[in-house]
Amino acid sequence: MSTALSIPAAKSFAVDKLGVLIAALAAIAAFLPFAAFRANRIVLGEARGLFAALPGWEAAALALVLAAGIGIALLRTPTLWRLATSLVVLALLFVAIGHAGTFLTPPGDKIARVSPGAGFWLLIFAFALLAADAVARLKLKPWTRIGVLAAVALFFVVLLGSGTLNDLSILREYANRGDTFWREAETHLALALGSLALATVAGIPIGILCQRSDAWRAPVLNVLNAIQTIPSIALFGLLIAPLAWVAANIPGASALGISGIGAAPAMVALFAYSLLPVVANTVVGIDGVPPAANDAAKGMGMTDWQRLTTVEFPLAFPVILTGIRIVLVQNIGLATIAALIGGGGFGVFVFQGVGQTAMDLVLLGAVPTVALAFAAAVVLDAIVEMVSPKDTRRD
Amino acid sequence: MIEIEALTKDYLELTVVDRVSLTVADGEIAVIVGTSGSGKTTLLRMINRLIEPTSGTVKIDGQDTRAVPAFELRRRIGYAIQGHGLFPHRTVGQNIATVPTLLGWDKAKIAARVDELLELFQLPAAEFRDRMPSELSGGQQQRVGVARALAAEPKLLLMDEPFGALDPIIRAKAQSDLLAIQKRFGTTIVLVTHDMEEAIHLGTRIAVMDKGKLLQYAPPDEIIARPATPFVAELIGTGERPFRLLSLGKVRDLVEPGPAQGEPISADASLRDAYAECLWTGREMLPVVDADGTSIGRIRRDDIAHRAERPQ
Repeated sequence: MSTALSIPAAKSFAVDKLGVLIAALAAIAAFLPFAAFRANRIVLGEARGLFAALPGWEAAALALVLAAGIGIALLRTPTLWRLATSLVVLALLFVAIGHAGTFLTPPGDKIARVSPGAGFWLLIFAFALLAADAVARLKLKPWTRIGVLAAVALFFVVLLGSGTLNDLSILREYANRGDTFWREAETHLALALGSLALATVAGIPIGILCQRSDAWRAPVLNVLNAIQTIPSIALFGLLIAPLAWVAANIPGASALGISGIGAAPAMVALFAYSLLPVVANTVVGIDGVPPAANDAAKGMGMTDWQRLTTVEFPLAFPVILTGIRIVLVQNIGLATIAALIGGGGFGVFVFQGVGQTAMDLVLLGAVPTVALAFAAAVVLDAIVEMVSPKDTRRD
Repeated sequence: MIEIEALTKDYLELTVVDRVSLTVADGEIAVIVGTSGSGKTTLLRMINRLIEPTSGTVKIDGQDTRAVPAFELRRRIGYAIQGHGLFPHRTVGQNIATVPTLLGWDKAKIAARVDELLELFQLPAAEFRDRMPSELSGGQQQRVGVARALAAEPKLLLMDEPFGALDPIIRAKAQSDLLAIQKRFGTTIVLVTHDMEEAIHLGTRIAVMDKGKLLQYAPPDEIIARPATPFVAELIGTGERPFRLLSLGKVRDLVEPGPAQGEPISADASLRDAYAECLWTGREMLPVVDADGTSIGRIRRDDIAHRAERPQ
């Protein structure tokens, strides 16, 4: 629809509002360094503009592509063009920053570091904005959105596999820690998904109990709300003493891996944070079942269990799934903190990097975390839309 | 047959239904009418134990309703409510199949019954079976709601303001459909409404309730002619009485041989309609025709007017 509407507008060269913002961001980016060069991983970087960071013809070509991209963003062009443009520009930017790494690193130098500069990040942000806007305007079907996400993921797999980015600082850090990276990735996912699974298994029955009984509802929801307000670092800390006691005094507990520090308190804390969204959304979801449908179910002779499983739960499911989506995205981020108490995960790189003032190492932890959270959000939003009733999907 | 004896429901200090006793014979349509808060819905919901009585008994065909688990009892009783209560996540066919599925009918039998009911309610099965309730109009949803209540061929059907959410034209159609289907299956119906007109139109017996008490339980003509209390009279509306009385009679009852001029009226029309036609067209008498259009005589305005007088 929006594609069809924007064609006549394009003929009159009307300006797109978001395009103005993107052009302004790109203009600012032009004055910022495209890449930063450092003689080693902890000294301050030296800024390199676009034309200093790449071979002349390549820089010129990229500048032309960027100019064309900004032009398409600035004018009211068909939405599909805008999406294609943004994806092409983003892909070229990633290739270019990889080439900048190779170009700026003196041959054979294993200590020098080249990292993306503020200008690069700002350009990525500007064109990601264009892509997000185009995707939103196209109102893509859930499966199409997952397909786009898979294509983007595939692009990065190919890009990383080709070695194009290998001379960038973040991949230099990765090269030094290949084994630990995948181990921590596994731990990170285990923490985020494990706590989510536990919270779902425990939270849905608790939610049903709260929805059924006013006596439970307020106390349980208030306690879960209170837990959410405890700062995550404090909660991790608070759990050390009780879990250490459990490990020391309950036979078999330490054999199960329970101890004051490590993965156990991290798991418990993430589980505690996860409960509120699951429980609250279960309550809200079941509360939202039309009273007449419930009355009819009872009046036609469904048992409580049949009514719960065939009427209430299916109708509440999209809302419950929204709670699960919140938990998953939240936990992927929060699991970073687990590293503070020896729980592992991508946080290990973040905190080591902070300790060593090595920003590249911080990025090695942060970038996969953000990418995972983003992918989880896209996939679960698509699933929520797929299971939601048709008429709420229409608008 | 439903025998309700001294049925009472207390909520703390408040008595919502107060020692109500009444009997509904097989094939009757008992309409419980009253203002909001009269206890009429509570009375209805105690029959299928959606509300458990504080005291008193309900017997269906001689069996105390407490003799079986509530869910089993309810599967034998049809239940239709205002706003239809269709399951929004299930198709029309699945909705209608609810009780047969609970009862464990085999699939072929359920499918056949669903199609039969859809056709009966003038919803072509091929077109409507797989639609979602949200894709239907209000009148269609209501028909599916009643079809669902009748799916397992219950001998007794409970209806709580089933037509309350419909506009007047669709409501009239739904009422005549219900009467036709009731006649066909011989279902005993207990229906709750706040609308005396609907009660007189549908009921073979009317139970008038106020503040938890049953004030009168009688056939419509008796309720109109001899209201037991001033409240019942008020509910009928004093100015409406003669017309309500006429609406109970059929043209067929007063047909006499002889010719008459002008547009004929059907023998199955109500006396009220015939009287309105006389007044509107300024005629002293109307020719009467049968359902197939053959003339069977005439009806006189004075005879109709005479029928509107208070019965002695």
